[in-house]
Amino acid sequence: MADEALFLLLHNEMVAGLYRAAEQGEGENGRCTTKLESMGFRVGQGLIERFTKDTARFKDELDIMKFICKDFWTTVFKKQIDNLRTNHQGIYVLQDNKFRLLTQISAGKQYLEHAPKYLAFTCGLIRGGLSNLGIKSIVTAEVSSMPACKFQVMIQKM
Amino acid sequence: MSRPPGRKQENHKISRDLFVLTYGALVAQLCKDYERDEDVNSCLDRMGYGIGIRLIDDFLAHSDVKKCRSYSETADVIAQVAFKMYLGVTPSVSCCSATGNEFSLILDKNPLVDFVEELPVERASLCYCNLLCGVIRGALEMVHLAAEVTFLQDRLRGDAVTEIRIAFVRKAEDRKHKRK
Repeated sequence: MADEALFLLLHNEMVAGLYRAAEQGEGENGRCTTKLESMGFRVGQGLIERFTKDTARFKDELDIMKFICKDFWTTVFKKQIDNLRTNHQGIYVLQDNKFRLLTQISAGKQYLEHAPKYLAFTCGLIRGGLSNLGIKSIVTAEVSSMPACKFQVMIQKM
Repeated sequence: MSRPPGRKQENHKISRDLFVLTYGALVAQLCKDYERDEDVNSCLDRMGYGIGIRLIDDFLAHSDVKKCRSYSETADVIAQVAFKMYLGVTPSVSCCSATGNEFSLILDKNPLVDFVEELPVERASLCYCNLLCGVIRGALEMVHLAAEVTFLQDRLRGDAVTEIRIAFVRKAEDRKHKRK
């Protein structure tokens, strides 16, 4: 099934379309990232519901994060997270060395400043997924060298 | 392997759900950004165009279609190969003009609207799946076929079926016959 191409292209068009509209309109860049992130949030909520319909109950927070890193990431991005680190106090860092949404962009320093635009949706996706599993969090991302990126998840204790 | 055997099937379905849900979120965001339905429709069409001009490469790489020799063959390929490959449905094709350059694709099952119950009342003329029109138009343009693609009927707006009209525009043939 050629679904990955469809989602990749749609995502790129969304990012391009939103930023183009912002340039012609108010010129506010910050709003675009928020919009992308909130779209990702809604999608993540819906997706995790469909996904975990038949899976067993999760034992603890770490179990949930491992699920996100393995099954969730594999279904959405066709590979697992390469590295998961935690300080066991609510902060997790997910490292993906070859992030699918960035591989289409040239791997040098040229577009490094534009890379975060392509991560906003995925941050929302993770936050939405965790939210419907009962975890409130803040997710940020950073790119140090293309196409590797790190997602930092900070669990909020309620 | 402790995975149940039906997992791969489910994963495909979830990939499809990802696309459908993302599309829904996109339309919802556009509805917040633009007040007029026409603006949302044209935005979706433009995005679809951008996707179509790139998707055609992926389509030709993954499918075995030979060069189409007529408009009706092209319409058949779109319905039976492309739609099947990307959306998992096969619309039926019918020719609706004497000149043979207008075709209708009738979809009785549209996966893009899987999670949509109904359009809100104030968005009566929103063309929810307008992205598809742009995609088809963009893809055809990249194989040098100009076409106008529109939605004639839409189940979400109360019609019986969803019908997409593809009208090929005959270009002047004189350039091909220019001899030096």
